[in-house]
Amino acid sequence: MTASDVHTRLDVERIRADFPILAREINGRPIAYLDSANSAQKPRQMIDAMSNFYATSYANVHRAVYQLGVEATEAFEGTRSKVRALLNAPSEREIIFTRDTTEAINLVAYSYGRTNLGPGDVIVTTEIEHHSNLVPWQQLAQATGAELRYVHIDEHGELRLDELAEIERAGSVKLLAVVDQSNSLGTINPIRDLADWVHGLGGVIVVDGAQSVPHRPVDVQAMRADFLAFSGHKLCGPSGAGALWGRRELLEAMPPFLTGGEMIRSVRLAGTSFNDLPWKFEAGTPAIAEVVGMGAAIDYLTGIGLDAIHDHETAITAYALERLAEVPGVTVHGPTDPARRGGVVSFSLEGVHPHDVAEILGADGVCVRAGHHCTQPVMDALGVAATTRASFYLYTVPEEIDRMIESLHRVRGIFA
Amino acid sequence: MSVMDDLYREHILDHYKNPRNHGTIDDADVSAEGVNPLCGDQLAIDLKITDGRIEDIKFHGRGCSISQAATSMLTELAEGKTVEEAAALSKDDVLAELGIPLSPVRLKCALLGLGTLRLALNRHSGTALPEGMAGMDEVDWR
Repeated sequence: MTASDVHTRLDVERIRADFPILAREINGRPIAYLDSANSAQKPRQMIDAMSNFYATSYANVHRAVYQLGVEATEAFEGTRSKVRALLNAPSEREIIFTRDTTEAINLVAYSYGRTNLGPGDVIVTTEIEHHSNLVPWQQLAQATGAELRYVHIDEHGELRLDELAEIERAGSVKLLAVVDQSNSLGTINPIRDLADWVHGLGGVIVVDGAQSVPHRPVDVQAMRADFLAFSGHKLCGPSGAGALWGRRELLEAMPPFLTGGEMIRSVRLAGTSFNDLPWKFEAGTPAIAEVVGMGAAIDYLTGIGLDAIHDHETAITAYALERLAEVPGVTVHGPTDPARRGGVVSFSLEGVHPHDVAEILGADGVCVRAGHHCTQPVMDALGVAATTRASFYLYTVPEEIDRMIESLHRVRGIFA
Repeated sequence: MSVMDDLYREHILDHYKNPRNHGTIDDADVSAEGVNPLCGDQLAIDLKITDGRIEDIKFHGRGCSISQAATSMLTELAEGKTVEEAAALSKDDVLAELGIPLSPVRLKCALLGLGTLRLALNRHSGTALPEGMAGMDEVDWR
């Protein structure tokens, strides 16, 4: 198989022209950006939307009565309806803007967790989680006296669902926090089945959608989630804006997370009443232009179609797996079946530390990540200190995979 | 010369592939370990100290070429020196041995061995530890 055999529904050359940074060169070679799971690059349409917003419509939101304030509020709130549609959420009121996935998960851990969990309760998360969906639950367990249990992964990086039966017996399972798609191994988890399991026990499911929402259609109703978090910067938006979706009755019953301005209805020295959803959870001046930029990024992606983007990434991933298999000494981690994984490939090269791999690839203009990818327990399970990770998006072309492979051969030559 | 050729010069690769003073000392007088959780590099250094002088030094661990080669070179510098002389070995001494410019991220790789050696010497003879162990606050010293 060669690059020309990779079939895609996307007009990738046209898409690439939308991303100014892809025209950059490093050491005289065009960049091959294979680190989108870390953060995605930005299309001109998103950059222009933010820039135009600042140049023409900027003011604070929700309070100014003059024209600029009205326009800024409309632009900001417009993103809320775009996020609702993106996730097929029942209501805009259920969309809370946060800084990123991390803040969204912390919001649930603090506000829902500290109200609803206590000794005798069980929080369940998994060995494959990003630290942002693991540390908040460790902290919650410590603060509430609830027990934290982990679902481990097998040698292919898949959750060991057979452990659920034993976890059920540990106590009253109140909450399951799980990632939709692993950032370090690409594993796609069976969220719908896990949701049914935890609902059957009377608990709720918190889904980390950081790596799935940008890359394929995600339907919070179909997956029967209770909460889902994602970050704007991974879906071609700016850093600093993300969102939490939660079921309305859960959000209504939760106390505020951060308190202060904007999240109140009335403040008297004797006490305060809180604003309605979603503003109850949006204290202070939000990342206004970033939220507007996130809206433009969502428009851009949905205009192309998340189904088509997903198909494109699947084709690229299958090609990358096939080409990596040709390189002696390469071990690919994670699910072996391309259909069971997203556009993320973590691998080891025998005898060469991932930092050295990434440095040499970087000198050739090939941008990959080396490290533990904020998933140290996954590295422990694999028995490695770190991996090299290549990750793909709508603008990735098979020729960039070829360049990575060519560079890997160079690494082997240097370390031979 | 490209960045890559620079970073992977023959002498660095030679120290990486054939590290000097690699291993452990069974009857070591003192040992120390440094683990950088950011990249997973880990190093352990054993010292045999006789009459205030480093009679033997061995290291082992895992990590990138820069951390392993820099530590290999450092052990050659330290062997035979008095405890005070070895404790005075600086970041610049290590960088001079490597002889290449390093990005801030790789600088931490290069200095992991130096921090570990300083910790071992401090443990044995109470020599001064530099503040923040040469700017490596995130390293877990053991």
